[in-house]
Amino acid sequence: MRKILKSCTAVACAASIAAPSLAADMIMEIGAGEGQVNIVAWPGYIERGETVEAFDWVTKFEEATGCMVNVKTANTSDEMVALMNEGGFDLVTASGDASLRMIAGKRVQPVNIDLIPSWSTVDDRLKEAPWHYVNDTHYGTPYMWGPNVLMYSTEAFDEAPTSWSVVFEETTLADGKSNKGRVQAYDGPIHIADAANYLMYHQPELGITSPYELNQGQYNAALDLLRGQRELVSRYWHDAFIQIDDFKNEGMVASGSWPFQVNLLQGDDANVASVIPQEGATGWADTTMMHAEAENPNCSYMWMEHTLSSNLQSDLSVWFGANPAVPAACTDGRGMQTAEGCTKNGLDDFERIKFWQTPVSKCESQDTCVPYYRWVSDYIGVIGGR
Amino acid sequence: MNDRALHTDRSGVLTRISDKLWRNPRLTILLLITLPALWLGIVYLGSLFALLVQSFFSIDEFSGLIIYEFTLKTYGELFTPANFDIIVRTVLMASAVTIAAAIVSFPIAYYAARYARGKWKAIFYLGVMLPLWSSYLVKVYSWKLILAKEGILNWLFETLHLSWLLEAYLSLPIVGGNSLSVSSTGTFLVFLYVWLPFMILPIQAALERVPPSMMEASGDLGATPQQSFRHVLLPLALPGVIAGSIFTFSLTLGDYIIPQIVGSSRRFIGQAVYAYQGTAGNIPLAAAFAVVPIVLMGGYLWVAKRMGAFDAL
Repeated sequence: MRKILKSCTAVACAASIAAPSLAADMIMEIGAGEGQVNIVAWPGYIERGETVEAFDWVTKFEEATGCMVNVKTANTSDEMVALMNEGGFDLVTASGDASLRMIAGKRVQPVNIDLIPSWSTVDDRLKEAPWHYVNDTHYGTPYMWGPNVLMYSTEAFDEAPTSWSVVFEETTLADGKSNKGRVQAYDGPIHIADAANYLMYHQPELGITSPYELNQGQYNAALDLLRGQRELVSRYWHDAFIQIDDFKNEGMVASGSWPFQVNLLQGDDANVASVIPQEGATGWADTTMMHAEAENPNCSYMWMEHTLSSNLQSDLSVWFGANPAVPAACTDGRGMQTAEGCTKNGLDDFERIKFWQTPVSKCESQDTCVPYYRWVSDYIGVIGGR
Repeated sequence: MNDRALHTDRSGVLTRISDKLWRNPRLTILLLITLPALWLGIVYLGSLFALLVQSFFSIDEFSGLIIYEFTLKTYGELFTPANFDIIVRTVLMASAVTIAAAIVSFPIAYYAARYARGKWKAIFYLGVMLPLWSSYLVKVYSWKLILAKEGILNWLFETLHLSWLLEAYLSLPIVGGNSLSVSSTGTFLVFLYVWLPFMILPIQAALERVPPSMMEASGDLGATPQQSFRHVLLPLALPGVIAGSIFTFSLTLGDYIIPQIVGSSRRFIGQAVYAYQGTAGNIPLAAAFAVVPIVLMGGYLWVAKRMGAFDAL
């Protein structure tokens, strides 16, 4: 068994040595469509009017190009990486905590942006974002992005909280009761980054420059903050719908959250609102990436162009409570989104958002950083009261 | 007529195969057993073996890559305080659920085995099995609503002016919490509910086998009802209790969905496995964690065997 595994490792090494020559092999022209394209996507990301009739950004593409769109949904970044490793897919809508892993693992190929006419319309702030632009090479087209906002109950707060301290430190809220037992935190190790982001603002002497690149000292400080938070949190949220239920039935008043939950709760007439406090926030940014051995490259390029040029950007940002990668989609009436809607989703807060990345030991800002697998085990310890 | 029957044509393909199999019973057995054996050998034991092998590798502290060399370091990591907490927590929960399930199930099973007849017996089976027919997730979510701070149970306590009692209980360490739905008591109640049928049915089967005359004889010889229960009924029904406890104990040991929906977010073994094999990419530690229930169940079954749980099989 060990022999087999060793030889597998050797093959992997050989493949990574051979890879630089592969990297140059990006497509130089688009031919005729192959008749289909297979996409791994987040639930709700690719709609063909079957959930709600008005939300459809697939049918027209299929009619225009003859490329039938097949979607496989994945619930976590891990599932996405696993599906792409299995193969058989052309495209994936990868978040920042999956995209770099796939680039490093050679599961995705460079994208020739000259073949995508609408590339110029992409938000300048996203064109060379570090989660898909590596070694001066583009590995995909930006898709959607959004902040992790602070959701709060308007019954417990007279006015919007100005700081994340309401979920990190014990305070008495406007309704006269303590926040203890009435706040939530995200049940994923990436929440350590939220703590680091809070410390970046309040303890500048720690010298944190990115919440995803922490040395041992900075990391320990973040864990200490989270240990204090454990005293306030009675349940960590994992599933968006459980969080919605907790705000309705469990008396929760504040938590880090997604605009998705805020929109659904407000749609249900719950007394909640959201804000990005003074410290800024973490967030996610997704990229359409192409499999290294994509069988339908022509349809894939057509789809990437379609994601940027059609009603997709506009309607999806309404549907998901996210922000389009093409800012013009907010205003030019190609879909249902409006300038006010984009502002509500956080379009103007881009600079204040630190987008999800996978923490790696070889980080840019300092010598060595604490890698992600340690985040996982330590966060389990924190939740367990260690 | 007889003559013709003796000379029936025995040249059909199926007939010849049938003859051949009849003459070679070993061949019959071989054919019957090959497929299940392949399944058990390759799919079942094979994956188990792959898991075991993974647990002897380790993760490189620096790069986070897996080192494919034999080491016991990963097993050592199970004993770090945070990880050992998870094991202890899971085993305590599984034991508590098992003991409570046995106590709750025994009277129900006893009634069903001794007193329920005809229509009532059917209703009993339906009542016990009904929860098994609906989705596990639906049951857990509905329990979340029952236990919530603004849920049915809290409302009941308020209506009875007993809120102080619930609050006093919830202020206790370990079992308490902000509300029942975020306390380990909540997790315990949901586990107990979900696995109860797996305890009731084996106990009921064991009790059916105890002849009523035994209890009568015990009474005739001057034993009080308590003595009859302790010295006659319980020992005879024990194999059933142990068979049921194997289900409730192992199911609680491996579950990772209930503690995620109801409870204090403190991890159980199943959740730890899920977290480590995911983005963390720490497959060796996930595999080592997965071995823990196997070892625990191995020990448990050994004790159960010594107590005669399998004699009735």
